[in-house]
Amino acid sequence: MSRLPEGGRIDRSRPIRFTFNGHPYQGFAGDTLASALLANDIRVVARSVTYGRPRGVFSAGSEEPNALVQVGSETMLRATQLELVEGLAATGLNGRGRLTSDPETARFDKIYAHCEVLVVGGGPPGRSAAQSAARTGDRVILLDEQPLLNSEDSDGLPPNVRVLLRTTAFGLYDQNLVLAAERRGDGGCLWQIRARQVVLATGAHERPLVFANNDRPGIMLAGAVRTYLNRYGVAPGTRAVVFTNNDTTTPLANALGSAGITVAAIIDFRQDQAIVDTDGDDDGLRAIRLAGGDQVECDLLCVSGGFNPADHLYSQAQGKLRYDEQFACFRPHGTLPNVTVVGAANGDFDFAIQPCWLVPGTNGDWSTHFVDLERDVTVADMQHAVNAGMRSVEHVKRFTTIGTGSDQGKTSGINEVGLVGTLTGQPIGGVGTTTYRPPYVPVSFALMAGRNRGELFDPIRLTSIHPWHVAHGAVFENVGQWKRPWYFPRHDEDMEAAVLRECRAARENVAVMDVSTLGKIDIRGPDAVAFVNRIYTNAFDTLKVGFGRYGLMCKADGMVFDDGVVMHLGPDHWLATTTTGGAAAVLDWMEEWLQTEWPELRVRLTSVTDHWSAVAVVGPQSRDVVRTLFPAIAADAQSFPFLAIREGETGGIPVRLHRITFSGELAYELWTPNWYGLALWEAVMAAGQPLGITPYGTEAMHVLRAEKGYIICGQETDGTVTPQDLGMSWIVSKKKPFVGQRSHRRSDTARPDRKQLVGLLPVDSEELLPEGAQVVLEENGSGAVRMIGHVTSSYRSAALGRTFALAMLQSGRERLGTTVYAALNGHIVSATVTEPIFYDKENIRRDS
Amino acid sequence: MAEPHQHPEHLWRNPEPKRAYDVVIVGAGGHGLATAYYLAKNHGITNVAVLERGWLAGGNVARNTTVIRSNYLWDESAAIYEHSLKLWEGLSEELDYDILFSQRGVLNLVHSLGDMREGRRRVSANRLNGIDAEWLTTEEVKAFCPIVNTSPDVRYPVMGGTLQRRGGIAKHDYVAWAFARKADEMGVDLIQNCEVTGFDREGNRVVGVQTNRGPIAAGRVGICAAGHSTVLASMAGFDLPIQSHPLQALVSELLEPVLNCVVMSNAVHVYVSQAHKGELVMGAGIDPYNSYAQRGSPHVIEYQLAAAVELFPIFSRAHVVRTWAGIVDVAPDASPILGLTPIENLFINCGWGTGGFKATPGAGFVYAHTIAHGQPHALNAPFALERFVTGALIDEHGAAAVAH
Amino acid sequence: MLIPCPWCGDREDIEFKYGGAAQIAYPTNPDSADDAAWARYVFFRPNPKGKMAERWVHSAGCRRWFNLGRDTVTHEITSIPDMGQRR
Repeated sequence: MSRLPEGGRIDRSRPIRFTFNGHPYQGFAGDTLASALLANDIRVVARSVTYGRPRGVFSAGSEEPNALVQVGSETMLRATQLELVEGLAATGLNGRGRLTSDPETARFDKIYAHCEVLVVGGGPPGRSAAQSAARTGDRVILLDEQPLLNSEDSDGLPPNVRVLLRTTAFGLYDQNLVLAAERRGDGGCLWQIRARQVVLATGAHERPLVFANNDRPGIMLAGAVRTYLNRYGVAPGTRAVVFTNNDTTTPLANALGSAGITVAAIIDFRQDQAIVDTDGDDDGLRAIRLAGGDQVECDLLCVSGGFNPADHLYSQAQGKLRYDEQFACFRPHGTLPNVTVVGAANGDFDFAIQPCWLVPGTNGDWSTHFVDLERDVTVADMQHAVNAGMRSVEHVKRFTTIGTGSDQGKTSGINEVGLVGTLTGQPIGGVGTTTYRPPYVPVSFALMAGRNRGELFDPIRLTSIHPWHVAHGAVFENVGQWKRPWYFPRHDEDMEAAVLRECRAARENVAVMDVSTLGKIDIRGPDAVAFVNRIYTNAFDTLKVGFGRYGLMCKADGMVFDDGVVMHLGPDHWLATTTTGGAAAVLDWMEEWLQTEWPELRVRLTSVTDHWSAVAVVGPQSRDVVRTLFPAIAADAQSFPFLAIREGETGGIPVRLHRITFSGELAYELWTPNWYGLALWEAVMAAGQPLGITPYGTEAMHVLRAEKGYIICGQETDGTVTPQDLGMSWIVSKKKPFVGQRSHRRSDTARPDRKQLVGLLPVDSEELLPEGAQVVLEENGSGAVRMIGHVTSSYRSAALGRTFALAMLQSGRERLGTTVYAALNGHIVSATVTEPIFYDKENIRRDS
Repeated sequence: MAEPHQHPEHLWRNPEPKRAYDVVIVGAGGHGLATAYYLAKNHGITNVAVLERGWLAGGNVARNTTVIRSNYLWDESAAIYEHSLKLWEGLSEELDYDILFSQRGVLNLVHSLGDMREGRRRVSANRLNGIDAEWLTTEEVKAFCPIVNTSPDVRYPVMGGTLQRRGGIAKHDYVAWAFARKADEMGVDLIQNCEVTGFDREGNRVVGVQTNRGPIAAGRVGICAAGHSTVLASMAGFDLPIQSHPLQALVSELLEPVLNCVVMSNAVHVYVSQAHKGELVMGAGIDPYNSYAQRGSPHVIEYQLAAAVELFPIFSRAHVVRTWAGIVDVAPDASPILGLTPIENLFINCGWGTGGFKATPGAGFVYAHTIAHGQPHALNAPFALERFVTGALIDEHGAAAVAH
Repeated sequence: MLIPCPWCGDREDIEFKYGGAAQIAYPTNPDSADDAAWARYVFFRPNPKGKMAERWVHSAGCRRWFNLGRDTVTHEITSIPDMGQRR
């Protein structure tokens, strides 16, 4: 056992059992896995990723390149950061993580915090910064990645300093947004902290020296050795050598001695001494070899090649770094707004150093001079890159993979720079560093995702009538964030049978649909009519109060954007409906024009999509349902004509009735404030019950509208379709300006042979054209042949007793009556081109 | 254990710029290097300099997620990307450099009826254009990529997918270095740390460029600097309908093999593959604002990873080890601009948005042709700047909102 | 980024939608514009590297459009003459 008899900030009264690679061991509370492994004389923790060389604990912190372990489903954990807990079962990895399909059980949260001053790093400079900031009464957050602050006086911090332990700041983003990962047992918490001032007290990383076979277990950073001795009461070896190029290692010899470790030699590069090679076996280091040829037996080699300020966060935020000759390191240069760097992170050092970027071996071989331990990269690899013509440190990084491991090159990055300088004969300062990118430490996908998983991945929008749909067995379709009934199967009906039945009910009887998801925008103000007139392609200034009108809108490029019925509700009061998926975009679009182009218009827009529930009552017998519910309203065709609006009330439910249709049948849309939605639906169901009223879903709605040739924006259109292409020139005003109008005159947009909306009737009336199928003119259209368009919608129609489709075809209107072909997966369907309307062309049913 | 990659002993010289070249390419990214290669190889034009303000291949070619596919909707796009894919298929051999091109298949997931229509439309168009494309049912998706969560109980269940088996990935750096090496070998000068600061014109004709290393005369000049296209165009005196946006990406640590293909989902904005060494390479969405900063907002990454674990629960404990952003050219129709400019002897290749990497050989091929002949190749003729005036856009938005 | 909404104060960029370059006037008479001039309005926008005058809308807040100066290299918010105006 290498546990020292006393010392360390561990709790020797609390032994903790754990296993490593299946073998049982014991450590103490306060240990990390790394310190506990060293205390149990485990030298080989993992194997290297490319060459499979044995590797041991190298550091005592997040810079660890070697000691990577798996714990359950958690992978690529650093033994140096893993707090020992009872029953911990870890296995060493070979530089690659192992993902498991165990279901995620841990909890990951997110906290958004705001403060005047955020201090990153709880060492003396950080604590002092927090203390002085707190004096002004500011809210201060101090975070540190350790489980305890490395000092006795952390309770001396005032109450307005919030201390977050086990928390690593890993990203510094624009205007001082800091992302930090807090480890909480199995899970964690992602902190997003917006701070007026950020103080970076992130310290410095010791860097190793580069010599032959410098990767053996037993070779450790000098500072880490001190940490294991002092903090964990662990002796990482019995016979030690120190190899250094600076005087920070001076106290180490004493510390080793007091721990009973023999100091076999101190090799100081500043005195022209160097280790040129090491010897060892599969269990690690046995001896070192000196430049003069002497061999020194040892099982611990403490190395120090100097220190690099940990300026990752500073650099992420575009802070500039400059090479400092005195301390042989890159340190902050210039300033960042509202960011201060203090202590070692700022390069505020006090030591003497003679830079040493590499120590030649004895035989001219560079293939065991490891620069990046995690990625197994050697000086030989760097030489290859430089000899091939590479000069930039970024090229060498990419060629060799130095610094791309999960340790993000904390112990290898600056040595790479020094070596590029050495190998290419450039000054180190001119080589510069590679770019630092977030995150400073690896963060799990689970942490970043937080609770936005499963049902919470994206909000679900439900209508007030939704519980009824669920109770009645609806199959749902996602439409944007909404859940909409797709169809309502009865008993063991399949979708096709259900949809045919629902369509038949709408055409022959009466059917009902929840249309609450339609976008609704309230438009008010003295200039509302002028506004509506400019947004839509057709004119609205002739529309009387109490009536609605179908409208189409284009983007500035003249392409169809969205559509819907616009109601004229009163003087200066309009209401526009939009597609379910397009509601938010249409409101944004209207606001943009209103606010930025037409600020002189006195108009206010309000989204009222969620304020109204809407029930479409559809079919030849829909009037009977309306009469039952609203006896006070004269519902005959003359008194309540197509597109008229009435106010009513049924059983205490206030209702606005609109005689509008998306099926071509006689139909009414009944709107009520959302609170009454379910009650209104149930009232409609009750009133329609004697007539066999049938609920229907989006699929039947699609069939019904397609039979009438009504388009769906986003299905018949794809951002490349004009109103004229849709055969809707009738809705494009020539008398007034509207958004996108000018684009319709461009040469390509005005071409007569553009793709145009047509109908298709498969020659075999049972065959269903696949939606999306491309249309060709040749029957054997399986090779590379010219496509003239594609099928946009295709259904089986109960009313037609056959299949039918809509399509966008080049010069489609000139092809009426001709035969075209569509193929998908080798199956060819021939179809006749028709007008894009299949049912009640004269609108007799709609107007009845 | 794995063998380290075998690279050639020599890649390129680091020459001083000459005072004049037949052709100067501005920008030594993947496209610029490929253009120089094809100018030399296909057209015998070797008195060429490729000028790079930083280190060569340090822009978007070094920052993309290396997805290669050709299953675009419109004929014009399909033709140029398929030409590119065919070149990819012989590229390691042609350039005598293993670029780790792996045709492991690109799977596009479908999550809605709208996705389904779009997917079938694209598969149908691809097949008629002679491009391999398959429609997969949910069960077939699961069989092809077993770690995809095909449970019906998730927020946006997988309803099927489209598959291009010839699609895949390659090692982005090696591709650029391979083109650089061969171009260098044929006499092209690759000049790094050489920033173009102006264009020399005689009347409406370009005759050379000004750089931080002095003026360089040129018979013809090709701009090929994604991210900075409009900066260079305004320097030269013309405008482009291009906006520069950050496109973020990330990688995980090295992991044992877990993902056998490229998976894309436009609906939940995921595209991911596992690189040869084992890291998961994942693209995020485009940040909405203009930026040249090569970094984006962290919430884009948060959303991206939530989507990733939703689709691939097994990724839950993978770690992000690096995030970054490239600066992509966004064109109004999400299609490139490749051809002549209003200025004589000055050519433009830009606007590839998120699709630039997969087009590298194809774009280089047709751009070299365009520069050599002073006229576009048939494949890039539809991608002329004039299309924004006539309205003949090639709008890949509608069909593939976030296609990479 | 932290975007200063003139009505609500500093808010995270996720609350906003981006509106591209500011100060682009709608052609006073689109009908008299030739195809090239019309195309310029529809498709061409400034894309400067450095200081930019741009539009944002606080879509998850007050829904108001406003102009903002921002540096596209540093993401620093800068002032422009018509800061906070709507176009």
